[in-house]
Amino acid sequence: MTGYIIRRVLQALPVFFGTTLLIYFMVFAMPGDPIVALFGDKGVNPAIADQLRAQYHLDQPFIVQYLIYIGGIFQGDFGTSFSGQPVGQILASTFPVTLRLALIAVVIEMIVGVAIGLVAGLRKGKWFDNSSLVASLILISTPVFVIAFVSQFFFAIKLGWARATVSGEANFAELILPGMVLATLGVAYIIRLTRSSVIDTASQDFVRTAYSKGLSRARVTRVHILRNSMIPVVTYVSIDFGILLVGATVTEGIFNVPGVGRTLYQAIIRGEGPTVVSFVTVMVLLYLVVNLLTDLLYAALDPRIRYDK
Amino acid sequence: MPAMSGLFSGIGWSHNTLACVSPALLEKGAIVRFKKLGLAAVSVAAAVTLTLSGCAGGSNGGNNNIVSVNGSEPQNPLIATNTNEVGGGLIIDHIYAGLVYYDADGKPVNDMAESITSTDNINWNIKIKSGWKFTNGEEVTADSFVNAWKYGALFSNAQLNSYFFDAIEGFSYEKDTELTGLKVVSPTEFTVKLSSAQSDFPLRLGYSGFVPQPKAFFDDPKAFGENPIGNGPYMLAEAGAWKHNVDINLVKNPDYKGGRVAKNGGLKIVFYATLDAAYADLLADNLDVLAGIPDAALKTYKDDLGDRAVDQGAAIFQSFTIPERLAHWSGEEGQLRRAALSLAINRQEIIDVIFNGTKKPARDFTSPVIAGWSDKLEGADVLDFNPTKAKELWAQADKISKWSGKFELAYNADGGHQGWVDALTNSIKNSLGIQAEGKAYPTFAEFRTDITNKTITAAFRTGWQADYPALANFIAPLYQTGAGANDGAYSSAEVDALIAKGNTAKTLDEANKAYQDAQVILLKDLPAIPMWYGTSNGGYSTLVSDVKFGWNSVPLLQDIIKK
Repeated sequence: MTGYIIRRVLQALPVFFGTTLLIYFMVFAMPGDPIVALFGDKGVNPAIADQLRAQYHLDQPFIVQYLIYIGGIFQGDFGTSFSGQPVGQILASTFPVTLRLALIAVVIEMIVGVAIGLVAGLRKGKWFDNSSLVASLILISTPVFVIAFVSQFFFAIKLGWARATVSGEANFAELILPGMVLATLGVAYIIRLTRSSVIDTASQDFVRTAYSKGLSRARVTRVHILRNSMIPVVTYVSIDFGILLVGATVTEGIFNVPGVGRTLYQAIIRGEGPTVVSFVTVMVLLYLVVNLLTDLLYAALDPRIRYDK
Repeated sequence: MPAMSGLFSGIGWSHNTLACVSPALLEKGAIVRFKKLGLAAVSVAAAVTLTLSGCAGGSNGGNNNIVSVNGSEPQNPLIATNTNEVGGGLIIDHIYAGLVYYDADGKPVNDMAESITSTDNINWNIKIKSGWKFTNGEEVTADSFVNAWKYGALFSNAQLNSYFFDAIEGFSYEKDTELTGLKVVSPTEFTVKLSSAQSDFPLRLGYSGFVPQPKAFFDDPKAFGENPIGNGPYMLAEAGAWKHNVDINLVKNPDYKGGRVAKNGGLKIVFYATLDAAYADLLADNLDVLAGIPDAALKTYKDDLGDRAVDQGAAIFQSFTIPERLAHWSGEEGQLRRAALSLAINRQEIIDVIFNGTKKPARDFTSPVIAGWSDKLEGADVLDFNPTKAKELWAQADKISKWSGKFELAYNADGGHQGWVDALTNSIKNSLGIQAEGKAYPTFAEFRTDITNKTITAAFRTGWQADYPALANFIAPLYQTGAGANDGAYSSAEVDALIAKGNTAKTLDEANKAYQDAQVILLKDLPAIPMWYGTSNGGYSTLVSDVKFGWNSVPLLQDIIKK
C-alpha cells in the first residue's frame, strides 16, 4: 500500500511541471496586453507601460518568465497580483472557502442522492421511483444559474432564511445555500447512479443468500446491497468533488463567495499570469490527491481490490 | 416601504450562530462515517436543512451606524496617484481631503484650500488652511502637497495618473525631471507655475490625484498603499482593514475639519464580483447603498425599490470611433459616411429597448450634468434619426468611392456591450441597407491593446467618464492632436486652436464658449459618433436615509444617515 502511494506521488511530479508549463504558456499566449488594460479607457503612456512591464517581467521571453516563476515557487513565492498582494496569500484566503463550499455540496449530494436513490432502487417501478426519476431529470436539465437565482430570491430575499450573499468570513452556515445550489446537479446524477446500481446488486445471488441466512432486511440493505452499490457513486463523487474544488465560477459569482472560481475569473480577465498559473497548479495538485484518495477508497469498499504487489 | 421593512427585519443583523451545525460534524458525517451510511445520514440531511433557517445571521453584525456600500477590489495598492479605476477611487476619495472637493452639482468647494488665485492662469498661488492633521497626527503642510505631486509626476515612479501633472512646468513623459513649477512659500502656501495657461486648473484640483501624502508614504509607497493614512472624512478602521477581495472598513475621522464631515459612523465598502449579487443584498437589506443596477434588473428596479430607486444624469458620454486610417473613412468621403451612420441610428429606440430608457440620446460630446452643456449646438441635427438623409449622404459618398464589404463595430465581450452593439448595427443595416455587425473581443485587455496600437481594423466603442466636471475634460484629452485618449488619431488645427483658446480664457463662461465652438467642428468631422449619455442608477436600503448621488455617479456617502 505504501509503495503504491509513493509511486502515485512520484507520478504527480511530471504532471505538476507539465501543467504549470502548459498553463503558463497559455496565459502568455493570451492575446491582449494586461498593462494596457491597467490604463483603462485613458491613454497609455508608453514609457510608463514599459516600466510596469519590466516590473512584472512581462518584457522577458516566455521561458525566462516561466523559470522566474518556478524559481519563485520553490522559495515559497507565488508572485504578486497587480494590487500588490502576494499570490500565496490569495491562495491561502480563497482555497479554504472553496473547500468548505465543495464539502457542503458533496455532503448534501451524498446524503440526499444516495438516500433517494436507494429507496427508489428498492421500490423499482413504484410511484416514489417514478417521481424521483422525473425530479432528477428536471434538476439535470435546469441550468445552475437559474437554480441559484431562484433560490437566492426565495430563500434569502423573500423568506429571509439565509443571507443573499456570503460575507467575508464565508463560514459553513453562510455557505449552506450556495452549497445546496451547487449540489443539485450532483444529487440528480447520484440518485440515478445509486438507483440503477442498487437494482443491479439486489438481484445478485449473495443478496438472496443473505436473506436466506435469516438476516434482517435492514442489515441486508445496509451491508450487502448499499455497500456493494457504492463503487460507481464514489467514482462520480470524487470527480465531482474535484470539479467543485476548482471553483464554481457562476455560483460563487451569484452568491459573492470569495472563493477560487470568482478570484480566478477576475485574474483571467485582468491577465494576471502568476495568479492564474498558481491557482491552476494548486487545482491540479488537489485533483491528483482526490484521485488517489478515490482509488484507496475503492479498496476499502470492495475487499477484492488490492493495491499491494 | 414600511410594510417591506417588516418583512425584511432582522436579516443580516441578527446573530444566531449557536444554532449552526458545527463544521467538524459535517466533515465527520461525510468521510469517517462513510461506511455506515444509513438512516442516520438522512437525519443529518434534515439537520442541515433545518439549520439553514437558524443560520441567517451575518457577519455584518449589529447596527453600529456603519453604512455599507458596494465597491470592487482595488486593482492597485491604494496610492492616490496610481489609482485610476472606480474600486480604488471610491476609497481614496473618502480617506483623503485635497484642496477642493466637488459638491453634488460638480461645483468645486474649498476643502483644504484657503484660496487658489491667479492673474494669468499660468502662475497659481495656493494657500491652505492650517491646523489640519493626517490621521497619524502629522500636520498637513504645503510640503505634504508638493512632495506628493512630485512623487506622482516623477517618470521613474511610473504612476498611472502621472498625466494629471503634465501641465506643471518641468514635467516630462520621457525621463526623470524636477517639477520646477512647484515652490513652497511657507508651511501654508505654495505656488504652481504651469507650462501654459489653463483656465480650468482649479477645477481639476478636486480629482483624487492631487491629494497630499504624509511622510510615511514616501518610505515605502507599496506597503503604505495597503494601510493608507489620509486626512479625509474617513480613515481605515484599523491596520489590515482592507480585506482583499472581501471588503474594507472605514470609520469617521474625528479630526476632519472640511465640508464633508461624516454624518454616519463609518463605511463598509463591500467588494462584489457582480452587480447581481450586490442587488440581491440590497433587496434583502444586507447592503445599504448600491451604485449601479445590474442589467437584468433595469426593468424592475423602480418597482422593487419604489422611492428608494435612484435615476439621475451622469457625467458619462458614450460613442463609437471610426479611425480615419481605414479605407472609405478619410477625407470628404469619410465625413459623409460618418454623418450618414450617425443619422442612420435610432438612438431613442435602442435606449428604450436595450437600456429600458436609462440613457439619454447624445446631443453633443459632453454631458448634461456639466456646466456649459448645450443641446442646441450648430449641426447637432446630425444626431437625429433621419434614414432618408442618411441614405442620401451615403449615396453621395459612394460617388467618391464605391462602398464594399461590411461595417464592423468592435467591443469587449466581457463588458455587457453585445446587446446595444447588435441593436445599433441592426439600425445601420436597416437604414442604409449595408451589411453591419458587431465584432467581439473576448476581453477588455485585448480590445484596448488593439486600439492603443492602432491595429484595430473596425470601428470601436469609446466612452468617457469625466475626471473633473468641466467641458474641457470631455474635449481636450479625446480630440486634441496627439492627446492621450485620442483613440481615433483625430487631428484638426481648428479644434486645437479652440482648445488652446478655452485653456487661456479668463472666465469659465468664455472657456465654455470656446469648447462649444470646438464641438461645432467636431459635429461636422465626427471623430467619434456620439451615442448617449449615461445615467446613474442605483438604490438604497430601508435602513438609511438622505442618500444622494453626486455629479460623478458616486453616492455622497458622508451625508447618509443610518436609521
